[in-house]
Amino acid sequence: MTKRVGRRNFLKHVAMVGTAAAVVPAPAAAPATPATTEAQQTASSVPVREGYTFLTVTEAAFVEAFVDALVPADELTPSGSDLGLATFIDRQLSGAWGKGDRLYRQGPWKQGAPGQGYQLPLTPAEFFRAGIDAVNRYSKETYGKEFDRLTSADKQKVLEGLDKSTIMLDRLSGKQFFDAAYQATMEGLFGDPIYGGNKNKAAWKMIGYPGVIAVHATNIVTYRNKQYAVPPVSIADLT
Amino acid sequence: MATKLKEVDVVLVGFGLTGGIIAKELSGRGLKIVALERGVKRETNPDFAVPQIRDELRYAVRNDLMMDTARDTLTFRHRAADTALPMRRLGAFLPGEGVGGAGVHWNGATWRWLPNRDQRARSFYEQHFGKAFIPPDMPLQDWGITYDELAPYYEKFEYAFAVSGKAGNLKGQVQPGGNPFEPPRQRELPLPPLQDSLATELFGQAARNLGYHPFIVAAANASQAYTNPDGAKFGACQYCGHCERFGCEANAKGSPHIAVIPFALRDPNVELRTQSWVTKVNLDSAGKHARSVTYTDVATGEEYEQPAGMVILCAFALGNTHLMLLSGIGKPYDPKTGKGVVGKNYAYQVNGNVTLFFEDKVFNPFMGAGALASRIDDFHANEAFDNGRAGFIGGATIGGASSGGRPIGYRPVPPGTPRWGSDWKRATAKWYQRSMAISTSSSNMPNRYCYCDLDPTYRNAFGQPLMRLTYNFTENDFRTRDFMVQKAYEIGKSMNPTHITPPDLRHDDFSLLPYQTTHNTGGTIMGAERASSVVNTYLQSWDVANVFVVGASVFPHNSAYNPTGPVGALAYRTADIIKEKYLKRPGPLA
Repeated sequence: MTKRVGRRNFLKHVAMVGTAAAVVPAPAAAPATPATTEAQQTASSVPVREGYTFLTVTEAAFVEAFVDALVPADELTPSGSDLGLATFIDRQLSGAWGKGDRLYRQGPWKQGAPGQGYQLPLTPAEFFRAGIDAVNRYSKETYGKEFDRLTSADKQKVLEGLDKSTIMLDRLSGKQFFDAAYQATMEGLFGDPIYGGNKNKAAWKMIGYPGVIAVHATNIVTYRNKQYAVPPVSIADLT
Repeated sequence: MATKLKEVDVVLVGFGLTGGIIAKELSGRGLKIVALERGVKRETNPDFAVPQIRDELRYAVRNDLMMDTARDTLTFRHRAADTALPMRRLGAFLPGEGVGGAGVHWNGATWRWLPNRDQRARSFYEQHFGKAFIPPDMPLQDWGITYDELAPYYEKFEYAFAVSGKAGNLKGQVQPGGNPFEPPRQRELPLPPLQDSLATELFGQAARNLGYHPFIVAAANASQAYTNPDGAKFGACQYCGHCERFGCEANAKGSPHIAVIPFALRDPNVELRTQSWVTKVNLDSAGKHARSVTYTDVATGEEYEQPAGMVILCAFALGNTHLMLLSGIGKPYDPKTGKGVVGKNYAYQVNGNVTLFFEDKVFNPFMGAGALASRIDDFHANEAFDNGRAGFIGGATIGGASSGGRPIGYRPVPPGTPRWGSDWKRATAKWYQRSMAISTSSSNMPNRYCYCDLDPTYRNAFGQPLMRLTYNFTENDFRTRDFMVQKAYEIGKSMNPTHITPPDLRHDDFSLLPYQTTHNTGGTIMGAERASSVVNTYLQSWDVANVFVVGASVFPHNSAYNPTGPVGALAYRTADIIKEKYLKRPGPLA
C-alpha cells in the first residue's frame, strides 16, 4: 500500500509554516496501488477531497483511518476514504440523522439489557464524537499516539479489541461505538453514491449489483444461474 | 380547548389497509365518514417514483415511510421485574405511518390462516394432544368464528388486492402446484403464481426430494397486469427487489392506496384528514357509549373533537391497543391475576434461518418480488404433523425466497470470514451472487406474561403515557425454532452447498435489534366470551358497542403465517356486519 501524508499531518504542517489551514486547497488523494485497470480508473477519477461539515481535523483523521482499515485499497476497490466513506459519515453526522431525527430523546436515561436497544442521551453525532475521542485516548495511553497514526498492525489490534469487547473505553462501550461506526461505513460503501460514498459505484461493481434500474421480470428467467453483468446505475445517473 | 366539530356517522382511526377497506365498503350509502390518518398522503407518483424510491439508505435503513419514534413509541422490557425503557428507534419491527399504512410497504405474502390450528387453537390442541399438553401459562383460545364464515372474505380480499398464486385445495380437492395442506378455496386465485427464481427452484427440488410438499407462496404482487373487481388497475411486478419498506412504482403491489382508497374517496361523504393524530376516544359518563374522538392536527398543533355515531379503530395492532388503553375502553389486563383483557396475548413471531453458499451458482439476489418464495407447510398446516412427538404447540413454514438482495442489508459471507479488510471484501464480492437462505417462520403462542399496558414513566409528544410492552421468547418458542431450523439445515445440506451456516440453537432473549418481522399481534383479542376477550366475534367492543377494532390486534395468538390475509378478510367481514347488522340495529351484537 502506498504511504501517504495524512490529512491532519498535512494541515498541521501547513499551519506550522504560517498558512491558514482554511484557505489551503485540499490535497489530491494519492492513488492507491490498484492491481486492475478498473480500480485504477476509479481511483484516478477521484481528484479532490470535498471537505467536512461536521468532523474536526482530528476526527476526520480518525474516520479516514477507520474506513481505510475496514475498506483497504486493493485489486477490488480504492480505499474507503477514496470511496468517499469519510465524507459520507461526515454528512450523515451533520445532517438530520446525526442530529437525532426520529430518535426518542426523553429521559430518564438508564442503561438496560442489550435487547432494549440504544439508550444513551447522545445523538449519533454526539455519540460518534465521544467514541472517536475515547478510542483516541485509549490509543494514546496504550501506544503513545492517536489511532490514525498507529501502524496497520496496531490499528487492527485496536479494531479487533473493540469488536470483541476486549478493550474497555472510558464512559462508553467500545463495541457499541465500533458497531455504529462499522454500520455507517457499510451504509456509505454500499448505499447510493448520491450520499457521497460508494464513489463511481465501486462497491456495486465489486459485487455485481446493478443499482436503481431494476426491471427484472424477464431477467429473472433469462439470467437464471447466469451473471447479469451491466454497468450499475445510480440515482444521480437518472436525475 | 379542543374545537368541537360537526357530528358524523363514522370515524375511522387510521387510513391504511383496514381503514381503506372499511371506508370503501361503507361508502356510497349516504353515511358521513371521516378518516383520521396520523401521517401524510402518499401517491405512487411522485412518492414512489424511480429513481428516488430505489434509495436503500433512505427507505430500508432510515425507515422513511415508517412511524416516527421521536413523537410516539413504546417502552419495552423482557419481564415484569425489569424496568421498561423506550424503544428510541425502530428496529425489530416497522409500523407504518401515512395513507395506506403498512399496506404500502409490506411484502405481500397472503395466507389463509388455518381452520383448526389457528381459528380453533385451544380446541384443536386439547382434542389432539390432551388438555395437559397446553402449558398453564399459555392462554390459548379459539377465535369464536369458523373458517367457513371467513372464507368468502378471504376471497374478496385476494381479488381486491391482486393476489398471485395457485390454489392447493379447490372445494376440498387437492390441486397440483399449490399448498396441499391449505384450507379449501371456492375459486382459483385471481392471478397465476409469480415466476420462480433459482433460489426458490433449488429449495423446491430439495424439499420435494425429501418427501415434503413445496409450493410458491400466494403473493399480493401482481404476476400480470390486473384490474380488480372495483376497477383498480395494477401493473405487472418487475421483480425489482425493492418491495418491503418501499412503495411500488409499478402499482404491482396489493396496496390499499391502489386497491380500495381511491374508490372510498369517490364518495363525497367520505372525508380524509391527514396529519390528524387521535389521542383519545371519548365515552359518555356511563362509559358505555363513544361520543367522539379527540385529535391533534400535527401540522398546526390545534386540537379537535370529532363527534361520531361510531368509531372504528383501524390503526396498526400496537396503535389500536394503545388507544384502547388510553381511552379506558375495556378492562386492562393484569398478568398477576390473569384478569382484565386489554393488552392481553401480545404475540410476535420467531424466525430462524440457515445460509447456503454455492461455488457454482449465480442467484442474482437483486432480482426478486416481495413475497416470492417457495415454502413447505408440512410442519404447520399439515394436520398429520405430530406436535406431541415434536414437543411444542404451533408450527412453522420453511422456505427459500427471492425478495431482494439490497447491498447495505444483504451481504452474506461464509462462517469464519473476517468482518473487514481485503479478505472480507473478496469474500463479499464472491459470495454476494452465490448464496441463498432457507428461513423458518414459527407461530408464537400467547404467554400470560407477554402483554401491553401503559408505561408509568415515559410519555409521547402529546403528553400521554407510552404503551409498555412486556415480552420475551418462551420455552415453547425455542423448542419450535430449534426443531424447524434443524429441518431447514437438513434440507440445506441435501442441496450440497459449498458452505452452510450451522443452525442457530441459542436461546437468547428477544431483542429490539435487529429487524425480525412486523407481525405484531394481539392486545385487543377477539373471542366468544366477554371475560377473555376485548372484542366479540364481530370485532365489536364488549364494553362500548359503538366501537369496533380491526386489525392484527384481534388475533388471540400469532400463526406461522404472515397476518395480512386474515387482517384483510376480517376487515371485509366487519364492514359487512356493520352494514347488514349494526346499522340496522345499533347496539351490542353479541
